[in-house]
Amino acid sequence: MIISVASGKGGTGKTTVATNLALALGADVELLDCDVEEPNAHLFLHPILQRTERVETPVPQVDMEKCTFCKKCAEICRFNALAVLKDTVLVFPELCHSCGGCMLVCPEGAITETGRELGTLNFGTSNGIRFINGRLRVGEAMSPPLIHRVRDAADPQLITIVDAPPGTSCPVIAAMHGADFILLVTEPTPFGLHDLRLAVEAVRVLGIPCGLVVNRADIGDEKVFAYAQSENIPILLTIPFERRIAEIYSRGKMVVEEIPEWREKFRRLFLDITGVLAET
Amino acid sequence: MREIVIISGKGGTGKTSLAAAFAALAENSILCDADVDAADLHLLMQPQVRQRSDFMGGGKASIRPDTCTGCGVCLDLCRFGAITDRFQVDLIRCVGCGVCVDFCPVTAIDFPIQRCGEWYISATRFGPMVHARLGIAEENSGKLVSLVRKATRQLAEERQCDLILTDGPPGIGCPVIAAIGGATVLVIVVEPTVSGLHDMERVVELAAHFRIPGMVCVNKYDLNIEMTEAIEAMAEQHNIILLGRIPFDSVFTHAMVAGKTIFEYREQGMTQDRIRATWKKIISSPSMNPLGIVDFKTTIQ
Repeated sequence: MIISVASGKGGTGKTTVATNLALALGADVELLDCDVEEPNAHLFLHPILQRTERVETPVPQVDMEKCTFCKKCAEICRFNALAVLKDTVLVFPELCHSCGGCMLVCPEGAITETGRELGTLNFGTSNGIRFINGRLRVGEAMSPPLIHRVRDAADPQLITIVDAPPGTSCPVIAAMHGADFILLVTEPTPFGLHDLRLAVEAVRVLGIPCGLVVNRADIGDEKVFAYAQSENIPILLTIPFERRIAEIYSRGKMVVEEIPEWREKFRRLFLDITGVLAET
Repeated sequence: MREIVIISGKGGTGKTSLAAAFAALAENSILCDADVDAADLHLLMQPQVRQRSDFMGGGKASIRPDTCTGCGVCLDLCRFGAITDRFQVDLIRCVGCGVCVDFCPVTAIDFPIQRCGEWYISATRFGPMVHARLGIAEENSGKLVSLVRKATRQLAEERQCDLILTDGPPGIGCPVIAAIGGATVLVIVVEPTVSGLHDMERVVELAAHFRIPGMVCVNKYDLNIEMTEAIEAMAEQHNIILLGRIPFDSVFTHAMVAGKTIFEYREQGMTQDRIRATWKKIISSPSMNPLGIVDFKTTIQ
């Protein structure tokens, strides 16, 4: 079973929910940190890293001995990653989407592929939890291919908890696509509500059942609760704003360890998710 | 033309609330919301839309079933798993490379340009604002960010505004790279948590990669003083100007609920004073003033 923890707005508590949920379950669970631009789950779970893989995406390289400057490669490329000049071909690897079109279209077989580093894929364990994260190389623009690689590393035998990036565009979709359940985390403020609406629209596009965690539930106003009710989205957990919880988070500690009653609450959250899934 | 871009790496550190507060303090400026993915600045600015435009992204494949012979060439060539075995295009997986379109032996695949969102030029209480909304589950957010920033620059030239205040997106990927290129200075808003520190390090590295000067402001600093000190130490280590500490204050949430900037909600207060001091430090910083000359008169004398 795959549960993706997402939010729309950043900083609402995705990582807190994802890591504490994983730790509360304890066994037969893995955490995939798919916020590859700013991965944070390792700061809380402190996994023992076992293996790091460099992740590359294929980009073209042109053999100038064979090239006849016919321009077919530049014409097929929708991303302007190749420019054919009078006596040379310029490749802009950072624009390449790795579709392979240029290589297929080249009549001289002058194009082969080399790699552009997207980032790294890191494997480890933490208290019996299987841990994987992706770290986008600083300066690299495209995160979805790396997110797909993190997702591909999932073990179908385990309960998979995905920590998604913020937003509603392609990186988030890559982290939610194919999940069994989306756990949306929000805060009851105008920003939280606005971005929650967008996130719910994204979830509806994918047609995946979802539920809500309201974090810092006692700040702001009541509109998030009214919205959840009108949209029939079950509120599965509310976390009050407590300075103590904020401080635990700020130090990289786990709420379920520091305040033991939360372990039970996160276990209940998981049972409620399976309950919602059983109904659908 | 000078442009201040507010970024953070980590989401939810207070970029938008601070951008709105700065907008209330800035003179003769234009606002730009470059977080097109989950834009929030308009909730505080209530912009009156004056001009609405479509944002057209790239094309996406569309198979005409009556022409398709089911030969399977597209299925074999697509590297994104976007062609289903019933020869339909999964638009969520399709990246718009057009390889299937060009190699279909019976030209059964169209490539219609997609409308991926909208962008707006608006009027606000604090001057003009350019903002956008990317369609749900769309790609090309970087492209839309570039478009919005370009439109802001044009408008700034027309209106003879000297200053652009840009609210940036979280992260370090495509939309952020599009949001910071060519900026005069980056204001990095950090919260004093282990995540805040970690994410700031990556954003600082990104700023260095693109050679854009950055300045750091610690928001909600009193949530963890030790962490605030660690952030400030790291900033100094990277030769980054420290703008100051802003306290954790529920006035931000109250102002947000009221749809106002913090200064409109309550003019005076310790937090308000800190933000005024921060803003003063930003606009008088060497990066914002050519050749490092803050006060021309004194320099000439």
